[in-house]
Amino acid sequence: MPDSTYTTRNLRKIYGEGPAAVQALRGVSLEIPEGEIVVLLGPSGSGKSTLLNILGGLDRGTDGEVFFRDRDLAAMSDKELTRYRRDHVGFVFQFYNLMPSLTARENVELVTEISRDPMDPGAALALVGLDKRADHFPAQLSGGEQQRVAIARALAKQPDVLFCDEPTGALDSTTGRAVLHVLREVNEKMGTTVLIVTHAAAQAGMADRVIHFADGDVREVVVNTAKCSPDDIEW
Amino acid sequence: MMVHPGPLTRKLIRDLWRIKGQAAAIGAVIAVGVMMLVMMTGLVASLGETRRAYYERYRLADVFAPVARAPQAVAAGLRQLPGVAAIQTRVAGSALIDLDGTALPIQARALSLPDYRSPALNTVYLTDGRMFDGERAGEVVILRSFALAHGLRPGDRISATMNGFRRELTVVGFAQSPEFLYSTAPGELVPDDARFAVLWMSRTALAAAYDMQGAFNEVLFALARGAEPEAVIAAADRLLDRYGATGAYALSNLESDRFISEEIGGLRRSAGSVPPVFLAVAAFLLYIVISRMVQSEREEIGLMKAFGYTNMEVGGHYFRMILAIAAGGALAGCLLGIAVGRWMVDLYLIYYKFPFLVFRLDPASFLVGFGVSILAASAGGLLVLRRVFALTPAVAMRAAQPPDYSGSGRFGAALDRVLDQPTRMVLRRLTRQPLRMGGAVLGVAAGLSVSVSMASILNSFDAMQALTFDVIDRSDLNVSFTQPLEMHSIHELKRLRGVIEVEPVRTVPAILRNGRERYHGAIFGLTAQPRLNRAVDADEQPIDMRPGGVFLSVGLARTLDISAGEMLSVDVREGRRPRLDLPVIAVAESLLGSPAYMEMEGLNRALKEPLRVSGAYLRVDAAQAEKLYQTLKDMPMVAGVSVKSDSLAALQRVMDQGAGAMRYVMALIAAVITFGVIYNAARVAQAERARDLASLRVLGFTSGEVGFVLLGELAAVTLLALPLGAALGYGLTFAIAAGFSTDIYQIRPVFSPESYGQAMGVVLAAALISGWLVKRDIDRADMVTALKTRE
Repeated sequence: MPDSTYTTRNLRKIYGEGPAAVQALRGVSLEIPEGEIVVLLGPSGSGKSTLLNILGGLDRGTDGEVFFRDRDLAAMSDKELTRYRRDHVGFVFQFYNLMPSLTARENVELVTEISRDPMDPGAALALVGLDKRADHFPAQLSGGEQQRVAIARALAKQPDVLFCDEPTGALDSTTGRAVLHVLREVNEKMGTTVLIVTHAAAQAGMADRVIHFADGDVREVVVNTAKCSPDDIEW
Repeated sequence: MMVHPGPLTRKLIRDLWRIKGQAAAIGAVIAVGVMMLVMMTGLVASLGETRRAYYERYRLADVFAPVARAPQAVAAGLRQLPGVAAIQTRVAGSALIDLDGTALPIQARALSLPDYRSPALNTVYLTDGRMFDGERAGEVVILRSFALAHGLRPGDRISATMNGFRRELTVVGFAQSPEFLYSTAPGELVPDDARFAVLWMSRTALAAAYDMQGAFNEVLFALARGAEPEAVIAAADRLLDRYGATGAYALSNLESDRFISEEIGGLRRSAGSVPPVFLAVAAFLLYIVISRMVQSEREEIGLMKAFGYTNMEVGGHYFRMILAIAAGGALAGCLLGIAVGRWMVDLYLIYYKFPFLVFRLDPASFLVGFGVSILAASAGGLLVLRRVFALTPAVAMRAAQPPDYSGSGRFGAALDRVLDQPTRMVLRRLTRQPLRMGGAVLGVAAGLSVSVSMASILNSFDAMQALTFDVIDRSDLNVSFTQPLEMHSIHELKRLRGVIEVEPVRTVPAILRNGRERYHGAIFGLTAQPRLNRAVDADEQPIDMRPGGVFLSVGLARTLDISAGEMLSVDVREGRRPRLDLPVIAVAESLLGSPAYMEMEGLNRALKEPLRVSGAYLRVDAAQAEKLYQTLKDMPMVAGVSVKSDSLAALQRVMDQGAGAMRYVMALIAAVITFGVIYNAARVAQAERARDLASLRVLGFTSGEVGFVLLGELAAVTLLALPLGAALGYGLTFAIAAGFSTDIYQIRPVFSPESYGQAMGVVLAAALISGWLVKRDIDRADMVTALKTRE
């Protein structure tokens, strides 16, 4: 079994205090191995995005342990968390979150400028098939194109982990599949661990590992031995 | 009955609470504009109305006609002149008061009142004690402000020199008079209660003192309704010419009235020009803030429309928000205006001796203040309404496209290499909405220019003081004689102990004319190369006096609309009273008063009175000054002595009380407008970009780097505004200086690095505080929440 990228033990997250307190995570313990595509599956409100945010260094747990390799994320200062996001993690969001004032290439450069060992921005865009549209602004790109720029931006720093929160949530089936293809390619060619949060069960078909989430905890972890192509995913 | 506010009203109240910081900043800008409007128009109304009532109640004359000596019988003819409603003859003279404890004699004006009855014109307001008894020659009523300045009481005795004779007088009462609303010692421009007195005595007593039995030396006219003062002046001059008329003049040329008219005029000009700047800035800010709100609430707007709310209902909601802010600001401005107006009235009472002065809230200004702020705000609101109407439910509910930056320009290859991405984001935002950015730059620049110009104007008061008291007048004392004397009296002064240097001067009262323009003033005859009282050119270099013409001060040349080389008519109002036509040789710099100069010998030749002097400038040994004053006090030829340090101190007091307080008020006002603009620009930028900024944080940018992306824009706006505001301030200073310069004083703009530095300091401080407030919010912002919100 490969080494774990992430290990959590009894991770809990509580929003609010007193009677109004909401437990988003109720003592999650799991391991995410290096180099896999992992799909976090569950209905909305099940806590999967909360977990992703904590693993990605955007948020902190209330108690419990979270390790990235051998580093304790819970013990990091805000500065160290920023450093961690900058050096190790790439994000892809449902609504792309591109900078509207920067072109596709510049959006990628935004990240490569501050990374230790970045790819060439042009190469990153070529990877998502957008090298021809590099000088367009987000407003001039379709939703799928914008999402692919967002993936290129996330990849360009050559992250150890790619976090994708509902990456195809705003896309139609064709563009959605194209985006998933890119994610698989990245995983295969660069060995990047890819963590996808979704409530679309069909996408689990392309994962190495599927973590079923409900009511703030892991219900089941299924190792997928027969991965399918994104083209075969039902939309 | 309980009133339940509708859902939109509740939303309105909550929205206002949510944007309270911005609403308060905009409200403050409106409040300052309205405050100035209410305060200034209130002061104009108060001063104007009080003056009118005071003049009317105490029957102040419309025309004043001084003569050398006219028999009382002439009065009947004067009363018959067309346009004349009433006349009053009187005896007027100058006097010197010798008070125990004061080193120098104090200049005073003695005026007669009828022995037993109240005069037909120019009555006085008795504030303390009683009127003199017509049968007792030694009783006198004196000017109240002078009495208070010296702690005199009814019953005290003073000694006064009149027409060369010393008299002991009993003060029986104090009075005020509309004729001396603003009073200065002869030849001075700044009031000093302690150094100028008016003595009212019975006609019989004063006629005896000035050899005017059965005669008068001044006649006052009240005009019939609709009569032209010019016609009466011309007729009076003709009739009185043979009695040594020195030229009748209208009330508007009376020194006291001129000063207060200038003051009212200045206030009126300011009221018309300064508040609109603030209201325009406020309208711009309201437009920016509320249209931003419409943009972010497009879904709610779509939803409301989908529920069946009409365009007007939805638009009205945002319009009401604008009105609420405008009305709140206007109300605060009105209340502040009343408070500041009341405080200003107390300040005015120090200089303008009204028996009463109540700050009148001009109801019109209240209405105008409200109306104008609502109108200005509505102008911004109409543009917002257009946006609301344009949103259809379907469009509004769909996710907004990312703002299109494709038109905002690329950078050349050269820049591409230099600019990092955060810098590009800042630059693109600046260029994408040039109008909005331009507006913000202009708003900040407006704040800076107000600050710069006020500082420069205040500097120019210092410069006026320095020019007048250090460069032009380098004497210590100015002695005036009771009448023109032979030159040898100068030698008499020279021999006095403690006198270092004496420079003679010949002063003649004259009416200067150029075409229709005329000016009642005096010509100063100076020695060829004066050392103590000099005319200087624009570079502050002394001008040598050449015979053969006249030198005019800048203000006078402007008043008479004449320049060097042109001919000036001079009606001399003394001695033989010749009429001279003289070329203007040059225009001399002067910031205080409006002197005209000639070479003394040339002037005397023109008057056919060679070797006459009417006074002298003295430089004295400070250690022996007290003794010298005593000697001068006892010299019968001396009509008055004015000490330069006293005049300077009086001016300094005026500056400290009036202008000094204004300095801080203006800095505050500039800070309000600057802060209002920058703070709102920062808040809007932050709201529009909350998600971008959160994304940057997620990508691994530190909060400092994210702050740069947001605050870089503010910094650029502020930095662009600095040179623009400085330039605007430069222009505004000249406009204000020209607007406020009169023949009494000229304001010459003086720009100093300090005043620019201070003004820019205010702007930078406002920018830093706004930036800090916003940066604090960025640091607090929760990345996760910001990412979830969809725009």
